[in-house]
Formats: sequence, C-alpha cells, structure tokens
Amino acid sequence: MKVVAVILSIILLLSGCSGVQSALDAQGHSAIVLRDLIILIIAACVAVWIAVMVVLAWSLLRRRDPEDGNVRRSERHMTIWVSGAVAATVLIISGLTIASFRTTHDLDGTGSPELTIRVRGQQWWWQFIYEDTDPARSFQTANELHIPVGKEIRVRLESVDVIHSFWVPSLAGKLDLIPGRENVLTFRAERPGVYRGQCAEFCGLQHSHMAFFVIAEDEDSYRQWAAAQQGNGLEPSEAEAGAGKAVFMAKQCAACHTIRGTAASGTTGPDLTHVGSRGTIAAGLLENTRGSIAAWIADPQTLKPGNNMPIVPLTADELRQLAAYMESLK
Amino acid sequence: MTVEQRSSAVMDFDLGDAERDRQLMQRWATRPGILGAIAAVDHKVIARRYIVTAFVFLALGGILALAMRIQLAQPEARFLDADRYNQIFTMHGSNMMFLFAVPVMEAMAVYLVPLMVGTRNIAFPRLNAFSYWIFLAGGLLLWISFALDTAPDVGWFAYVPLSGPEYGAGKRADLWAQMITFTELSALAIAVEIVVTVLKQRAPGMSLDRIPLLVWSMLVMAFLVIMAMPAIMVASSTLIMDRLVGTHFYNPAEGGDALLWQHLFWFFGHPEVYIIFLPAAGMVSTILPTFVQRPVFGYLALVMALIATGILAFGLWVHHMFVVGLPRLGESFFTASSMAIAIPAGIQIFCWLATLWAGRPVFKTPLLFVIGFIVTFVIGGLTGVMVASVPFDTQVHDTYFVVAHFHYVLIGGAVFPLIAAIYYWFPKMTGRMMSEKLGRWAFWLIFVGFHLTFFPMHILGLQGMPRRIYTYQPELPWAGLNLFVSLSSIILAAGFLVFFIDVIRSWSSGKPAGENPWNASTLEWATSSPPPPYNFRSIPVVDGRDPLWSKTDELPVTSGLRTDRRELLITSVVEALPEARESSPQDSIWPFWAAIATSIMLIWSIFSPWAVVWGSIPMAVALIGWFWPKGEAEDES
Repeated sequence: MKVVAVILSIILLLSGCSGVQSALDAQGHSAIVLRDLIILIIAACVAVWIAVMVVLAWSLLRRRDPEDGNVRRSERHMTIWVSGAVAATVLIISGLTIASFRTTHDLDGTGSPELTIRVRGQQWWWQFIYEDTDPARSFQTANELHIPVGKEIRVRLESVDVIHSFWVPSLAGKLDLIPGRENVLTFRAERPGVYRGQCAEFCGLQHSHMAFFVIAEDEDSYRQWAAAQQGNGLEPSEAEAGAGKAVFMAKQCAACHTIRGTAASGTTGPDLTHVGSRGTIAAGLLENTRGSIAAWIADPQTLKPGNNMPIVPLTADELRQLAAYMESLK
Repeated sequence: MTVEQRSSAVMDFDLGDAERDRQLMQRWATRPGILGAIAAVDHKVIARRYIVTAFVFLALGGILALAMRIQLAQPEARFLDADRYNQIFTMHGSNMMFLFAVPVMEAMAVYLVPLMVGTRNIAFPRLNAFSYWIFLAGGLLLWISFALDTAPDVGWFAYVPLSGPEYGAGKRADLWAQMITFTELSALAIAVEIVVTVLKQRAPGMSLDRIPLLVWSMLVMAFLVIMAMPAIMVASSTLIMDRLVGTHFYNPAEGGDALLWQHLFWFFGHPEVYIIFLPAAGMVSTILPTFVQRPVFGYLALVMALIATGILAFGLWVHHMFVVGLPRLGESFFTASSMAIAIPAGIQIFCWLATLWAGRPVFKTPLLFVIGFIVTFVIGGLTGVMVASVPFDTQVHDTYFVVAHFHYVLIGGAVFPLIAAIYYWFPKMTGRMMSEKLGRWAFWLIFVGFHLTFFPMHILGLQGMPRRIYTYQPELPWAGLNLFVSLSSIILAAGFLVFFIDVIRSWSSGKPAGENPWNASTLEWATSSPPPPYNFRSIPVVDGRDPLWSKTDELPVTSGLRTDRRELLITSVVEALPEARESSPQDSIWPFWAAIATSIMLIWSIFSPWAVVWGSIPMAVALIGWFWPKGEAEDES
C-alpha cells in the first residue's frame, strides 16, 4: 500500500508541481498531451497491480479445508479464472496500445511551424541557429532558446560530435541528435516562462552539465529580443570593458569564439556576440554574473573538467577587464 | 563392437551397490590437488566455481552501486569526479549484465540441468571447463582495467561515436568490447552444452512433455543465447576494427552509420533481458510447487509462455531506440510487439497464482523470495508496458524512471528468484541447510530496502532527472529523493550482507540436509546431497512430470552402463527412448591451456592486429592437445 500511496502522491503533485524540469509540470502542447497519457497508463497499471496483489494475498492467506475438495473441479475453476485473466490482459494491453497511438496522432502539430531553429549539439553545450533567408538577419546563440509563446516551433536537430538528446520535459518529449542525420521536433509553449532542458543521452565526461533554457515569451518581447540579437556586438562604453576587448582580441579567445562586428570569428566555442544578455554560462552551469564569468575564464577545467575551453594565462587586471567586456555584450 | 571388447568391459549390472559406487567414484571423481582442480570437467565442480565467481562479481558491482549512491546523495558532491563516476556506472552495468546475471543463470543451468534430466555429466564437459576459464579471464580483464583507472567509460551499451576511435580515447572502449568477446564465448559454449544435454541426455521416459520447467526455461534461454550473441559479436568486433584498423562501420562521414550500432547492440541486448529472466521464471515454476506441495498449474501454458517470450524477444529491440527519430510505422509495430510481451508474462503470473491458490503454502525462505518476486516483478512488468508506448517513452527514456524499471525487472524479476534458488538448492549443492532465521532477515531487508531504494527513482525520472549524470545542481528539485534513495540503499546492502554471511556460515556449519529436505519432486533430489561425482548410481527412469511424487515406492532405474569408463546414456529427442551408450570425456588440462592461449590472443589483439596471426599458434597447439585421438570408440549403441 506504501507503493500506491506514493503513486497517488505523484498525481497530487501534478497540480502544484513547480519543478523547473519536470514531465509532470506540462506547459507545452505536447507535454500536456503526454502528461494525460502518462496519468492514464499509470492509473490503469496501478489498478492492475492492486488486483494482482489482492489475488496473491487471498491465495496465500485463504482458509483451506482440512481435506482437499474436489481436485478436478478446482482445476476446471482455475482454468476458467486464468483464461479470463489472460483475456483481460489482452484487452487492457490493446486499450493502452490504442491510447498510445491516439496520443502519437494528437502530437502532430497543427498548421505549419512559424519558426524553425537549427539545434547543433556538441560536447557539452547547445548551439541554436536562427536562420533567415537574409543572411544579415541570421544569428546564433548558445544554451538559451527564445521562442514566441503559443506558436508552433520546429527545431532541426543535428550533432557535431556524438549522440545527444534534446529534452525540455515541460514542453515536449525528447528526440536524439545523431551525427550524420537530422531529426525534426515540433512543439509549442502554451504559457510564457523559463523551461529548463538537459541533454538526455550520455555524451561523455560532462554529460551532466549540458543544460539549456527555453524562454517562451509573448510575440512582442520575442521580436525585440530577436532584433537585438541580429545586431553586432556592442562597442564597450566603459574603459575597463574596452581594455577587455583588446585582451580578447590579443589572446587566444578569438580563435574559438565569434563576436560579430569584431575580428573574432572562431567557430569552435559558443558565439559570444550577446553573451551578456544570457541568463547562465557554460551550459546552465553558472548564473551569468561578472564574477562567475571571471571564475570561468580563470579556471574552466576546475568548474567543468574536461570541457574544450583551455586555461588562458591572464593577469588579474586582464581577467577583470575581460569579464567586464563579456558582461557588457548585452 | 567386438566380442573381445565386450568381455573386457565391466557392466554395472554385474556389480553390487557398494562395488558399483566404488568403481564409479574411481572413474568419475576429480583428482585431488591443484592440477586435478584445473583439469576438472565435472559439471558440478565447474558450476560451483562459476556461481561463486559470479556472486563475487555481484558483490563488487554492488559496492560500485553504493559508491554512486554516495556521490548522488547530495547535489554537486565531490566524492567521485566525472571520469571515475563514468567508469563506475559503465563497470556497474557491464559487470552486472555480462559477469553476473547471464553467467550466474547459465551456471545454475550447468549445475542443475544434468541432475534434473538424470544424466552423469553435461555434454561437452571440456568445453564447459574452457568456458569457465574464459569467463574468469574476461572478468579479470575488466576489473584489472578498473583497478588501473583505465576502465571503460562509455556506458554498458557503448554507443558510437562516443566509443569510436574519435571520441573514445585510450584503450578503454577496446577493453569493454573485448570483455564482451570473452563473455559471449563462454555463454555460447554453455548454450550449446545445455541444448545437447537437454535434447540427448535425458533419463529414459522423460519425454518433452515431462521435462521440468526449469530445464525448459534453460533450453529456451540457450537458444536465445545462440541466436542473440552473434549480433553483439558482430557489433563488438566491428567496433574494435573501427578503432584498431580504421574501418568505418560506424563513421557517418565515411558512409558508416551511428544507428547501425544501436540496432546490432539491441538485437542482442533485448533478448539478453530474457536470457536473464527466463531461467528465473523457470526457477519460480520449479520452487513454487515444492512449497505448496502440489504440481504446478498449467504446465503446457507455462512452456508455451517460455517459448513465446523467447520468440517475441527478437521483435522488440527497437523499443530501446524510441527517441532516435523512427518512422511512424516502425514506432507502431514495436509499440504493439513490446506491449504483447505482457501476455506470456501474464500467463506465467496467473499460473503461479493459481498454483499458490490451490496448494498449501509453507512459508520458508525460498517461498518468501518467490512471493517478493511476484510483488516486485509485476511492478517491473507494468512499467515495461508504460515504456512500450512511444509517446510515454519520449518523456522517460534515459531518465531514472527507466533505471527504476529495469532494476525492478532485473532484481525483482531475476535476482529474487535466484536467491530463492540458492536457498532452495544450497542443501543439494553443499549437503547443508541454510539458516531459516537469517534467511528471513535477508528477505525482509532486501525486499524493503529494494523498494525504498528503487521506487522513488520512478518519481525522479518523471521529475526530469536523466540517467548517467555524475552530479546535479542544487536548484533542481531532486536532492531530497536522492538522499532518501541513498540512505535506503544501505538497507538493501545490509540484506545482501546477511545473505552472504548466511551462505558462508551454512557452507561450513549448516544443518545436514539429507537427500530431499523439501520433499521436492524432481530428479536432482533422488541422489545424495551433495551428489556424488557420477550424480546417480543408476540412471533413473521417469514415468511422469513429478517423478519423486509418483505413487510408486521406489524410483525405477536402468542398468547396463559400463563402470570401467565414463559412460552416459543417450536418448531420443522427443520421447527419450534409450539410443546409445556414449563415453564422456576424461579430465583434461588442455581446456585450461586453450583458455590461456585464447585470452592472450584476445587481449593482445586490442593492441595489434598481428596478435590474431601470431596468437593463433599457441591456440592451435592447445586445441591439438585437447582433441588428440583417444584410441577408443566414443559410443556404443
């Protein structure tokens, strides 16, 4: 009964669930349809389990006549009961299979997607490319996906290295990113909010630290954000940040990172054109503050061992300036 | 056969009981000393080694699990670093699947099948000895690499490209793939032995419809091994070739395919689950009737369920790949087939319930574990139905929900029956009873500890916690349940500790068991405990499904086998009519040398393709020694 109590408590949790990354906290069309299916199947299975346990308990504890009854009659009774139970199993299984097929059908998006985003998974961060027919209006970001709420979004999933899996449980089920293939997932956020996602396929040393956030906002806010992202990296207005820009260009940073509007055009690491506008750095590892940026640049291998960012020797002043510059790239 | 030969042969019917035992003992006993032990081919000796080794691997794998639970008890803990954690979960999975679960089930078959079908040794006993040495070498390879901090770190299903030449640095993935080669070799060897033993060496009268259910389950398991293992053999060999000699089976840039690996792996990997589960089901079907003192209900239905499960097992592999982006039709097919496996599973559960209902349960430790199995396995089966649904699976795939699901199936569905089996057959294997008191403690600690440890993982999975993460951040809502799970795992570990203590104590000082302490019905209980090296003084004759429960006072036996050499009775496949007397091989040290030569070649081949060339020379020498003609007729009809 303990088990049933726990299952019931899950169902109770659904209403008040505030998990940042939970299949039960459904906020997108797909996730809501899936949650309903999950509850239906769990409920059916709990009922089956309870029925089996009741029969088990009865079989073990029932009072037995001191002398065996009619053996042949009880054999015939048992055959009928077992056949009935098998028939019930077939019916339940068929019902659940049909429910599952219907849900798959319901998951198909309505209408054509309003926005297509290329998602490129790499060890261990997410590259989101917003393509536009006009290349000047294309831009990319890292570990932060902004979408307009209520619109059908299509993501084209590719992998640069090993297999990853794109999963934002509050919005939709997961789909793998497989090298040499492209997978397509459509989803729709029903409510504005920040939804956490995380790589769900083991992808090496820092699989645990490959998170991202989906920020669903109203159409206007989304357009403003997209317009800002299309622009080049801001010129630093403060002297410290200006010095930081010089450090960035002089050291190895520019070899791996792009800041549009500057000479930095590396493509190995995340595009930093608007890094200051993002909520977190290092794939959801740290909150984005000047301090955490400085800590990350100073020693990325301690914070996220094995990641591809090398330790670049810097003086304390250079580090401070660089962090100020990163923060200024709103 | 010439008249001269016949006159020199000593036949058992010419001898009295004492003289017959003496001569059989002389022919069949394993020689004393280390050389004698290495040369042993007695199936009971080999099986005992296998079982003990597999349980050592279980204990080691359990320690790894506890290390992972310490790491996950708190967010951002620093007990293990990412690299060590990845090695540990890879080791835990590979060890439990390849070095514990499959070998221990096969080892139980090696011990029990010849006794239950009433023969004197398993078919191909030297191959059996070879199989054990190869298994041991594979296990040592994996664990030594772990001790040297170079254990595989790519997960027990080692997906490419992560395990491929570009991303899997060093020799770690090669060690994993070669360990697979070792275990598949040993598994295939045993599978062949079981098939032949069951089909050709049954006691007269044991027609196919009278085979004990455990033997049926082992037969189906053996066929699954024979059909599933080639897929993983192809997979691991091509992976090594990609890594060692630059082939591109799995490299999409050169026309290879990353998904090919998953198809090959799971075409083996899903039947693997049934390779583990079916023997467990057979154990339940055999133990249950003894503790309700009535024949099992629905023998035919149970056999059909075993066979149906074995066939369906090959139509389900894609349900491990529901999130790789499949075409809709494929998804639907594999959802339906995965759901359908619930039907044979259900048939078995219902037949067991009916058997319990109709009988009079005697609540000894083996029955407690069987009841614990039913309670737990039904949950595991039902969560299996859940993940069989593609849409459901897209939310729980690769999360702790799946971790919970397969531990319910593997521990609840296979380890519980296995422990029941150990309590049940320990008296036969050692001649001593295990402690009923410690058994009850072990049961309740394991049962309660198991559910407290693994049930909350379902919830963690639905709350979005992925598998195989070495840590998680404090702002995620998983810390409380993880701490609870980690604390509960201590109870589970304590249960296993009690079980191990009970085994060790009872082995040396348990109560003497006698021939048939549980009043069971199958043939292994018709000989002394532990059985003599030749198993039966005379091969029994079987007249029903439960030979020791039949009305006759004494078990009828055959005679006519020679006692001056190792000889078995060969019977027909369907009706088990006597066909021939066949010699059974003598002890030999050559399987040991063959295993050493094979191990050197396989391990060397991780480092150089030339190992396959030069390493084959010592192997050829060992095989020539092994198969050197004996100068005597092998069988006489």
